[in-house]
Amino acid sequence: MSDVEGKIKKIICEQLDVPEEDVVPEASFVDDLGADSLDQVELIMAMEEEFDVSIPDEDAENIGTVQDAIDYVKKAVA
Amino acid sequence: MENSSPRVVVITGGSKGIGRAVAYRFAEEKAKIVFAHYDADDSDSQETLKVLAGMGVEAEAHKIDVSLFQDVDLFFREIFGKFERVDVLVNNAGITKDTLLMRMSEEDWDAVLDINLKGVFNCTRAVVRPMIKERAGRIVNISSVVGQIGNPGQANYSASKAGVIALTKTTAKELAGRGITVNGVAPGFVDTEMTAVLSDKVKDGFLAQIPLGRMGMPEEVAEAVYWLCSDAASYITGQIIHVNGGMYM
Repeated sequence: MSDVEGKIKKIICEQLDVPEEDVVPEASFVDDLGADSLDQVELIMAMEEEFDVSIPDEDAENIGTVQDAIDYVKKAVA
Repeated sequence: MENSSPRVVVITGGSKGIGRAVAYRFAEEKAKIVFAHYDADDSDSQETLKVLAGMGVEAEAHKIDVSLFQDVDLFFREIFGKFERVDVLVNNAGITKDTLLMRMSEEDWDAVLDINLKGVFNCTRAVVRPMIKERAGRIVNISSVVGQIGNPGQANYSASKAGVIALTKTTAKELAGRGITVNGVAPGFVDTEMTAVLSDKVKDGFLAQIPLGRMGMPEEVAEAVYWLCSDAASYITGQIIHVNGGMYM
């Protein structure tokens, strides 16, 4: 597991209060992990802080799954 | 409240008038009180601090222009650094620059909107994330009766206070899912420095519109603010409580 992946999963577990085993790549924040709109914004903001990146709203809308988040951050910090 | 540790209460415009009365009311429960003010000199805030100290509470005053986003952000960072949380935010800071719309300058419009409305946004913006994390919090915004009924000479002030009402309702809807309540208190004609500058003719005009036949006292407004932040009001959010002697119903 890469550093980015581990950090993102940790953020998701903390923000959504879900067990680590549920945070699989294909898990949808809304459908599988029970996130509401505020949770989604909080997740994005937490990732922005952790990785020192800026995620515009139009990009944030496309981050629907754990894998989406990992891919986005990896690309942004590359 | 039932909490064993004292609540941390932040009040803008807390050095005098309604804000000071709110500070004194919270002091009765021995809350930790941080108030912001933007007075030219510190005499009012010193007096307020003296009374609060006399009531045996931990209190501090900060000179802050609430219309400046960065300054407000820094102010709250300092508070969170020191107290770790904010339980109650009372957005009370407000100014008037009255004149008929026909004569109102752009500067007078901007100054009033920046402090009275943007200031509420700035302070709320600074506390919401920590409050969301805590899954608790109380926000009370001070509006005004004129935000509902309008008032000649107060295009800027009445618009800012109407804006506060809408901001209150939207914030309440956004934060309700996290156990945070957001309400407004709309005072009528209250005996403070703000109304002291009015001419007797204007004051008599107001009094004629008040069924209870007198001005309100800051303490009467503070009581409503305090109640909205108490357990007794746990199921109330997005509401505007009018404390106006019946001036508007």
